[in-house]
Amino acid sequence: MSRSDVLVDADWAEAHIGDPHVVIVEVDEDTSAYDKGHIPGAVKLDWKKDLQDPVRRDFVDKAGFEALLSERGISNDDTVLLYGGNNNWFAAYAYWYFRLYGHDKVLLLDGGRKKWELDSRELSTEVPERPRTSYTAARDQDHSLRALRDEVIDAIGKRNLVDVRSPDEFTGRLLAPAHLPQEQAQRAGHIPTARNVPWSKAANEDGTFRTDEELRQLYEGEAGLDFGRDTIAYCRIGERSAHTWFVLHELLDLPNVKNYDGSWTEYGSLVGVPIELGEAR
Amino acid sequence: MSADGCGAPAGGVSAPAAAGSQAIVEGRVTRDGAAVATGYARLLGTGDEFVAEVPLGDDGGFRFFAAPGSWTLRVLAPGGLRAERPVQADYGHVATVDVTI
Repeated sequence: MSRSDVLVDADWAEAHIGDPHVVIVEVDEDTSAYDKGHIPGAVKLDWKKDLQDPVRRDFVDKAGFEALLSERGISNDDTVLLYGGNNNWFAAYAYWYFRLYGHDKVLLLDGGRKKWELDSRELSTEVPERPRTSYTAARDQDHSLRALRDEVIDAIGKRNLVDVRSPDEFTGRLLAPAHLPQEQAQRAGHIPTARNVPWSKAANEDGTFRTDEELRQLYEGEAGLDFGRDTIAYCRIGERSAHTWFVLHELLDLPNVKNYDGSWTEYGSLVGVPIELGEAR
Repeated sequence: MSADGCGAPAGGVSAPAAAGSQAIVEGRVTRDGAAVATGYARLLGTGDEFVAEVPLGDDGGFRFFAAPGSWTLRVLAPGGLRAERPVQADYGHVATVDVTI
């Protein structure tokens, strides 16, 4: 896997509007953005309603994923182009899902919704009608891409742990990103031995990803990650770390990179696990 | 705005902010007297360190729940329009920064 296999620019997206083999999908938490205007022909996925289990804390299971894609008119042979707001956080998270369930023809739009808007490209309010399909996931969830809490605890001091939250969240000054109310009750801090590489360092101001050379320098050079070790990325609920997972696993082609989607909202609420405050040690 | 999500709040400022124990930075972006409804507000720390970003609302509004301290607010809008303002955030206080671009 390399950059050209997984990432396309806005010109590519524009050229494939209306392509019967390409389904453009906007993924957001706040889908009012889609409702106000989206890339022509794009369908929407709601990060919470569509991609999360409605009862327990987990994401949609295989059957739920199949039902969702069938309902949205996405077939197994389609190339799926994902984009969204927040510098593609949720689009990267959805991308990770598609990989987990074995849909390999999936792409991310570099710069996402932000660059599309800043470039003043066309947006449409027309909601496309796509005929229902019978989507079948290629496999059960691929656990080589997903870390659960016991594996994370066991990885302390052994693997690269990349905390991609902001420095204030990492050190324990904030419990959530600065555009959300600070109302969570769990403990603050970070997982011991984690390195703090905020997701934003991987992106340019317009939301596009930095070059491979810049990314390697960021993680290996500045943060001191050992690229010979396995890596687990985490944030608060797993979507910013999906952005970093995309960088490490898909753009830089590192082999063993997992996203810990339980992230700080889980780890910071566990009883008896070690927590560090302040700067990385 | 989602309370338990990690991002993608509804754009802009949808309700009056009550500062309480929060350190709030909010404002509106206008151009030639009209709200700029398409664009982004970024909160930056020392050395341009990224802190947070929100899309502007229909009224050009934005809001952040920051840590106390000195920040830079940067606005990006189509056409290469951009502006920066310094802002000080404190607990229990709403810092209002209106920006004309």
